[in-house]
Amino acid sequence: MRVNFTVNGRQQEADDVWEGESLLYVLRERMGLPGSKNACEQGECGSCTVRLDGVPVCSCLVAAGQVEGREVVTVEGLADYAKHREDSHPGGACGSVCGGTDLQQARQWQAKGTDGQTGEGGELSPIQQAFIDAGAVQCGFCTPGLLVAADELLERNPSPSDGDIREALSGNLCRCTGYEKILDAVRLAAARQEEAV
Amino acid sequence: MDFLRPASWEEALAAKAEHPTAVPIAGGTDVMVEINFDHRRPEYLLDLNRITELNEWHVGEEKVALGPSVPYTKIMENLRTELPGLALASHTVASPQIRNRGGVGGNLGCASPAGDSHPALLSSGADVEVESQARGSRLIPIDEFYKGVKRNALEQDELIKAIHIPKADGPQQFSKVGTRNAMVIAVCAFGLALHPSTRTVRTGIGSAAPTPVRAKAAEEFLNAALEEGGFWDSGKIITPSIAKQFATLASGACNPIDDVRGTANYRRHAVGVMARRNLMWTWESYRGEGRTLEGAA
Ligand SMILES: Cc1cc2nc3c(=O)[nH]c(=O)nc-3n(C[C@H](O)[C@H](O)[C@H](O)COP(=O)(O)OP(=O)(O)OC[C@H]3O[C@@H](n4cnc5c(N)ncnc54)[C@H](O)[C@@H]3O)c2cc1C
Ligand code: FES
Ligand code: FES
Repeated sequence: MRVNFTVNGRQQEADDVWEGESLLYVLRERMGLPGSKNACEQGECGSCTVRLDGVPVCSCLVAAGQVEGREVVTVEGLADYAKHREDSHPGGACGSVCGGTDLQQARQWQAKGTDGQTGEGGELSPIQQAFIDAGAVQCGFCTPGLLVAADELLERNPSPSDGDIREALSGNLCRCTGYEKILDAVRLAAARQEEAV
Repeated sequence: MDFLRPASWEEALAAKAEHPTAVPIAGGTDVMVEINFDHRRPEYLLDLNRITELNEWHVGEEKVALGPSVPYTKIMENLRTELPGLALASHTVASPQIRNRGGVGGNLGCASPAGDSHPALLSSGADVEVESQARGSRLIPIDEFYKGVKRNALEQDELIKAIHIPKADGPQQFSKVGTRNAMVIAVCAFGLALHPSTRTVRTGIGSAAPTPVRAKAAEEFLNAALEEGGFWDSGKIITPSIAKQFATLASGACNPIDDVRGTANYRRHAVGVMARRNLMWTWESYRGEGRTLEGAA
């Protein structure tokens, strides 16, 4: 079957989609967007987290056909999404990226910029920069899902308590960091967000 | 496989009538796991996401009509006052991502004994409204809904339309035993609702029998003891011997198995402990604060 939906603000079309296929599979294998990770395919790990009409969900548990006509934001579009939110909807969000991220650009998205270690020169959302600065990335497999979940938390709740952060990230597993640095990163992004206001 | 996308409730009923083996998919948090792991290859998937009324709820005079697809997150955020037991249970389901998709309709559709909404539905005395194109709609009392391990009272051509849940008329509680706070299937669970308007107590037990069950003997004992002792009027503290007997009878209502999550003995024990605690918590809030209607969360 064919599925039409918005990915990172741009209308996309996927063809020859099998009816039992997940949104995650469509993103990774049909649209060339491997940012959302596949680790468990059963909702346990959160590494496939995307926004569906603004709401964080496990894309491995959404049937492709269910996203027809809806809006999906993936980690590849997060920087543009965050920028757009900052510019056009301060303190809120439009649930989408009005301008959008070009699919070709999204496919080539790299955290490199001019310096792969610090992210300098690259287009990063504040939460991505904070993850780098706080040392919250080790192997990085869990990172995309955590970024999407953490960004949504800060959009909804600009000054979250530690309890709020733990709860918002409770559906994302990380096997490397022990979570402390991830909590640091979210606190850092929240503090920077407050300073900026 | 075919993917059916009805745009309205009538279309969904027609599709289910034409293809009785079609598997409805709402949040997909149960169905997609089965498909991803090849445990299930239905001929038809029947997507319910486009049917907006399944995502809505209405707070009436006495009951809340809850759409089966209303995600747990919305229940937690919006129905804490009307349905405190269900709101507490919803908060213990999986993770934010799962709670953003999954709802009570899916929990009822699976009818897993471990579903977290069941104890709350049992203890508040909900009715499940189901409908078919051929026979129209009917109400299934929750006590008659669970038919066996992962079997419910739905006919093949029926869909769940709404869950009618009496608004809380007293404090409600829910407890669940698991290895961590998030992402845990209950080892066992217990829900309790005080109903001061009828001077009754209702319960629900999860994961400790082939189906979710009420602890009926425990309820009957407690109802009689509270009545006899004039507890509802005096609001005095429930005596330890009553609480203990209630807990013992609640344990006795279990018919658990040993499995990877826990032993049968442990489950029986834990249900007793939860029953006693839930009784104490709800009774404390009934006694205090001029017998408020808030949950004791
Ligand atoms: C990682 C993970 C953790 C989980 N943890 C918990 C937990 O802690 N507690 C818990 O209770 N559950 C848990 N679950 C199970 C699941 O999230 C719940 O059962 C949820 O309520 C299912 O809702 P859904 O809308 O996603 O159902 P779906 O997967 O869409 O459907 C589930 C079943 O119900 C049927 N169905 C759905 N809607 C209707 C309808 N309107 N009419 C007729 N049939 C219908 C479907 O055909 C299917 O058989 C977990 C699942 C995952 C993946
Ligand atoms: S891959 Fe989706 S939650 Fe793990
Ligand atoms: S950094 Fe390796 S899993 Fe989190």
